Amino acid sequence: MFDNIALLGMAPLLNVQLLLDGLLIGAIFALAAYGLALVWGVMNVKNLAQGDFVIMGGYIAVVLANNGIHPILGLPLAAVVMFIFGWIMYRTIIRRVVERDMFTSLLATFGIAIVLAQSLNLAFGPDVQVAKSGFETMSMFGGNVTISQAKLIAFVLAAILATGLVLFMKNSRMGQAIRATAQDARAAKVMGIDTDRVYAFTFALNAAICGAAGVLIAMVWVIQPFFGITHSIRSFVIVTAAGFGNLPGVIIAGLGLGGLEQFSGFILGAEFQQATVVGTLIAVLLWRQIQQRRHRQVVE
Amino acid sequence: MSRFIKLTGMAMGVAATAMMISGTANAKVEGDTIILGSAISFTGKYSTNGIHAKNGYELAIKKINEGGGVKVGGKSYMLKVIYYDDESTPARGAQLAERLIKQDGVQFMLGPYSSGLTKAIAPVTEKHKIPMVEAEGASRSLFTQGYKYLFAVLSTSEQYLASAVGLAAEIGKKNGKKAGDITVAMAFENDPFSLDVRAGVLDDVKKHGLKVVIDDKLPRDLSDMTATLTKVRAIKPDLLVVSGHSKGAATAARQIKELKIDVPMIAMTHCEAAKVVKKFGPSTNDFLCPTQWAETLSYSDKLFGTAMEYDTLFKATFEGYKNVPYQAAQASAAVQVWKDAFERAQSFDKDKVRDALAATDMKSFYGNIRFSKAGNNIAKPMVLRQIQNGEYKVVAPTKWASDPVNWPRKAQ
Repeated sequence: MFDNIALLGMAPLLNVQLLLDGLLIGAIFALAAYGLALVWGVMNVKNLAQGDFVIMGGYIAVVLANNGIHPILGLPLAAVVMFIFGWIMYRTIIRRVVERDMFTSLLATFGIAIVLAQSLNLAFGPDVQVAKSGFETMSMFGGNVTISQAKLIAFVLAAILATGLVLFMKNSRMGQAIRATAQDARAAKVMGIDTDRVYAFTFALNAAICGAAGVLIAMVWVIQPFFGITHSIRSFVIVTAAGFGNLPGVIIAGLGLGGLEQFSGFILGAEFQQATVVGTLIAVLLWRQIQQRRHRQVVE
Repeated sequence: MSRFIKLTGMAMGVAATAMMISGTANAKVEGDTIILGSAISFTGKYSTNGIHAKNGYELAIKKINEGGGVKVGGKSYMLKVIYYDDESTPARGAQLAERLIKQDGVQFMLGPYSSGLTKAIAPVTEKHKIPMVEAEGASRSLFTQGYKYLFAVLSTSEQYLASAVGLAAEIGKKNGKKAGDITVAMAFENDPFSLDVRAGVLDDVKKHGLKVVIDDKLPRDLSDMTATLTKVRAIKPDLLVVSGHSKGAATAARQIKELKIDVPMIAMTHCEAAKVVKKFGPSTNDFLCPTQWAETLSYSDKLFGTAMEYDTLFKATFEGYKNVPYQAAQASAAVQVWKDAFERAQSFDKDKVRDALAATDMKSFYGNIRFSKAGNNIAKPMVLRQIQNGEYKVVAPTKWASDPVNWPRKAQ
């Protein structure tokens, strides 16, 4: 461990490399996490199938890439397909659990996650897949820092998507309706908003966001039917750390998580990469508790 | 009266069913058919390789049955396998093994796919004293439990990458490096198989006096190893070894290319299963990949002929194979071991057959097979192949090498 820290001190460029890798991948995490925050905040549904939606988007990209359609062109298509899929999921399952308690929605989405992973496995087999993008790697500082173009492009796309989402939520009628419903569903209903439709749209939008994130993941990493759970965990960690309805927070937490994973992987070894993520979550939750206790005392 | 007849009829029916059940409970051999049993993965995460293994079993059975079957006591017996799908889950595998033995009365077992499933099933077969010949569980830990009824035709996992370490030491010394200056970076998945591979590598590192500079354990659901590879790029070891099943090979191959890792020698398991050449093209050139078997080896037997002939027959029998996976070849060899054991035992008594299995010493298209006391095959070495211009060429051990090893590897 100390050797690795010393190594980072000796070759400062390594820090640049790790930071770049972390931030670029973190943007994709943030995207999927934002979808989760949306569904969580608006519908109070904790979607455990979030990561499986991501993987599903990835498989759409793989299928398209194998048929000669570049993943970047496949991205809008994957988003549309996933939007429709999300809508169907809402109509058939999610609408029945929205008003129920937390455990019902957890169980339902966990069930969806299992069915999705197994179906993907039946359809594509358990082997790892990649969506070939044909992008090259750029070298800087005499080859000491490399940036894969795929990651850079994925980062830019994630940023564009996030900006689009923010504008959509701010300015469009549906965006306003979603925010109104999130604030107070009953009041929104009284004001004439069709909350059922808002829920359906929100869930479908989340699926579409996941689909887009999945395409990016398949472009820069590898996917496998059972990899959904790690992406779900990442999304949960980010949202829990940032709090929902807090988009800048989600972005910062996403990027931070990406960077943290890289540094902990480097310093502590790859086996602690995930452990650090979960460890951080615990630390954040503890910190929150302490903060809230203080807050409570003030209120009293 | 009619009621009495009805009752007797019913009673007789029940008795007949009971007899049928107890009949099957002893059926190891039905008529002129020897029944083998196997719980194997047709669905779930091991399904691809599970099906390769089943195809291997079926091809050998077809060939043996066509050639007159198994001859015991002057009579010919056909072979047949009862399969159940273990859904790639160990608990289900153990349950199904129990069912094969207790309900179907199977007395002779073929193995499942993967070390994990074999680990789950072996205690069951051991408990019932049912001999099992397995072809897909390579973990060293299977052969340290003192099992008496478990026999494996494949080389154990600690041998997978050991020869790559030897090769690195040899080349390093040839280039005037001291053993202690030859450095090794290791990245292994945190699962029984890969940790076994790691133990083998460590043994050989110690034997040759090399120096380990990175020793990372990759998480099970691994899809990113840039942190580890960034370290590799900074430290520039002489040898990088990676093992993490297909996903490890695919992730490593992708990110070695992406990060332009320039290490003179890279060795990893599961290159072929992960189809790295097809997915990542020329950037995978000069990777060293161990294999249990290759069609270019000079092994042969009476049933299949040479390894190459097996390869041709397999491709002609099953559609969609461009290369024959070694998982299929070793499954076929396991069936051959059964035939050989029955014919030497000249009996279907499971203990006599077990003793015959233990005394196996045969040549096959897959390699020589002789079991240690622990049940693993000690007569067949692992083979190391190198990807040269997109093709897998045998480079070690020297006895079977078809091409010299390319060194140093150039970053593509």
